[in-house]
Amino acid sequence: MKSRKRKGILARLFRVFAFRKKTAKIGLYGPPNAGKTTLANRIIHTFVDENEDMGVSTEVPHETRRAVRRGGILIDLRSKSVQNPGSNSNPDSKLKRERAKLKLDVVDTPGLATKIDFHEFMAYGLEEEEAKKRAKEATEGVIEAIKWLDDMDGVVLLMDSTEDPYTQTNIVLIGNMEARGTPVIIAANKMDLSDATPQRIINAFPQHSVIPISALKGENMEKLYEEMARRFG
Amino acid sequence: MDLVSEERINSMGSMEKIRFVLEGVKSGNIVVLEGGLTSEEQMNLIELTMAEVNENFPGIEMSGYPSKKGFLNMRRKARLTVIGPAKIMRTMKKEKDLISAVISAF
Repeated sequence: MKSRKRKGILARLFRVFAFRKKTAKIGLYGPPNAGKTTLANRIIHTFVDENEDMGVSTEVPHETRRAVRRGGILIDLRSKSVQNPGSNSNPDSKLKRERAKLKLDVVDTPGLATKIDFHEFMAYGLEEEEAKKRAKEATEGVIEAIKWLDDMDGVVLLMDSTEDPYTQTNIVLIGNMEARGTPVIIAANKMDLSDATPQRIINAFPQHSVIPISALKGENMEKLYEEMARRFG
Repeated sequence: MDLVSEERINSMGSMEKIRFVLEGVKSGNIVVLEGGLTSEEQMNLIELTMAEVNENFPGIEMSGYPSKKGFLNMRRKARLTVIGPAKIMRTMKKEKDLISAVISAF
């Protein structure tokens, strides 16, 4: 733990004084069902291949139980027109777009949780044995997601805009990133839903960049990409 | 419920602290730590908890007041952390100055 703290201080100094990496390794983190895989697929469809998926997203929690890395993604808003029906362009967006270029590796991680009960999977129609197997794999997935944090250059923390953002896993993750000096962007996902309140997330974490998006519908994605290029580039 | 003083907590190393909390919670206790756990310690607790999840122990519920940042944001002092077995803690809600837990015997 002490070495992690030292790494955090060194990482901050490194970012201030040294050159930046050519390719940033960016982790998509968040609780189960926040939309991490949907965002990963959206990024791939927009900048790599419309027919490629990083993973499968369903309503069953812990669908992603192994971290998946996709390398060599070039986010280049200068050459790519991003479908963005919900965009609220601000006056300096043209300027931002000119700089919005970032080469990255995306890591789609399993959802972070403090409890995994196989009974919850049975509520989605899984047989008991299958539910137990999935629960076991999900616990391994959480451990894997935590281990990956050591290798990340930046984190996009996804939160469900219809849920209470002030959960301990969100707070712990942000606290760890701050201690390591790793930049974090919070994506307030599912803004397209009628009961979404992204403002609640903005109010809960005023010291961080919070970008309301809908990864599923592709709303406000340009703003997220601009912020990723600014913070992680 | 175990209310653990800051002196007792400070006398332990990080892993000792986490193991102490996890053993208490696995025994069915709600553990309240004066002084709390840092975010790094809480992340390690989640990791260790996941390694021990089984059919009878689905994990933990945890809440706490945000840590206070010290000089140059480098030292983070936790204030209070509440950890309990997920099997009996149905919900744990946190407001600005209040942590509420609903506990069920079933």
